[in-house]
Amino acid sequence: MLDLHGYGPRLLEGAGVTITLALLALALAIVLGLITASAKMSRSWLAHRIATFYTTVIRGVPDLVLMMLLFFGGQIGVNVITDFLYYEFDIDIFININAFVAGVVTIGLIFGAYMGETFRGAFMAVDQGQVEAGKAYGMSDALVFRRIRFPLMMRHALPGLSNNWMVLLKTTALVSVIGLSDMVRVAAEASKATREPFVFMMTVAVIYLLIASVSEWIFARLQKRYNIGYGEAD
Amino acid sequence: MEALINRLEALLAENSIFTLQTLSYYGEGLSTTVQLVFISLLIGLVAAVPLAIGRGSKRRFIKWPIFAYTYVFRGTPLLIQLYLIYYGVVFVDGIQETWLWVLLKEPFVPALVAFTLNTAAYTTEIFHGAIKATPKGEIEAARAYGMSPALTLRRIVLPSAFRRALPAYGNEVIFMLHASAIASVVTIMDLTGAARFVYARFYAPFDAFLFVAAIYLCLTFAILYLFRYLEKKLLAHLQPMT
Repeated sequence: MLDLHGYGPRLLEGAGVTITLALLALALAIVLGLITASAKMSRSWLAHRIATFYTTVIRGVPDLVLMMLLFFGGQIGVNVITDFLYYEFDIDIFININAFVAGVVTIGLIFGAYMGETFRGAFMAVDQGQVEAGKAYGMSDALVFRRIRFPLMMRHALPGLSNNWMVLLKTTALVSVIGLSDMVRVAAEASKATREPFVFMMTVAVIYLLIASVSEWIFARLQKRYNIGYGEAD
Repeated sequence: MEALINRLEALLAENSIFTLQTLSYYGEGLSTTVQLVFISLLIGLVAAVPLAIGRGSKRRFIKWPIFAYTYVFRGTPLLIQLYLIYYGVVFVDGIQETWLWVLLKEPFVPALVAFTLNTAAYTTEIFHGAIKATPKGEIEAARAYGMSPALTLRRIVLPSAFRRALPAYGNEVIFMLHASAIASVVTIMDLTGAARFVYARFYAPFDAFLFVAAIYLCLTFAILYLFRYLEKKLLAHLQPMT
């Protein structure tokens, strides 16, 4: 039978870290993605330029390099700012960039760029007549967004969103490299200590597949929900 | 060449981090990265063609193992696959006595194996999708001409499937370039490995990582433009008329 040499609880803890990190990064990515998509569709030349720069650079650089840049460089950058605040304004704050924060921020930043593209395509697929109808009813822009554009957009965005989530989930494995005790790191440590890499790596692989399968089921449910009223024509 | 090096030396005289020495690390890293990515993509591409054909086979004992392979390799992080092969291979009984060990004790070969298996899985799915999208009429026409299934595959299905797969395959190439940064985790001095070394030596994260990010960005754009060119050439019949 499967013998985890007492590493079982720590692996589960690691799985918890992985899932928490992935969900927080997803939330950040969705927010960033919505902002990017709006910026790309806006009439402002500057916003468009900034959003294009962001998505191009982020998608052109490996996630690991970005993560290291943020983790190793982020602390220096934050220190420079807090030092400045202390010497100039006597404001004494200390911000510590730990591996978890760096992981969430980097993964969120990376997938914000991908989400931006997904959302932009989905927003453009929304029937303009519905938006106009909402406005004709006297809804404010925010209300039109919440009640009409967002739900209609989600129908088109969900397949891309689900894809991005699957890639994001696998990207979280990289945080083990910058020292966070996610399940990959626990498994790597356990492999070295017990000299049984197959057992631990396979276990972690199975947990990843499990999370992916559960997410697939959830996304299928969501897809059904956002497809209400459209039928299953195709 | 001599003059160029002198010019470069003069340019770098003021800089304490980017000396000729560190630049040579980056240079070697670039060559390692390109080798890793290119070889794994090439083998993966060659392996993916028969796998993709088998993936669409009607026989279950061919179809299911290939599906299981792509499902597992696409569903788990590349880092795990790399660890599994890099750490796992040591524990295969008796492997240290065979000639294989000469290759496998360097981290380069295990990384190459992991990358190849990974990209082959993704490429298989890309090709499978492209083959499945072949219009039925084309196949029926080929059969009506009396072509055998093998000939139909070679003359009709595969050429158009490869073309259809081109955009998705371009993404896979860029994905592989970015994924190859993971090689630095198992002590390979690829581009990222060189950046980590320079960072550790000078404690200069911005210089070390921003420079390497710029190199990756250039490589990404080069691949992007290459595939855009290929698409323009090979998918000319799908371009909108102007």
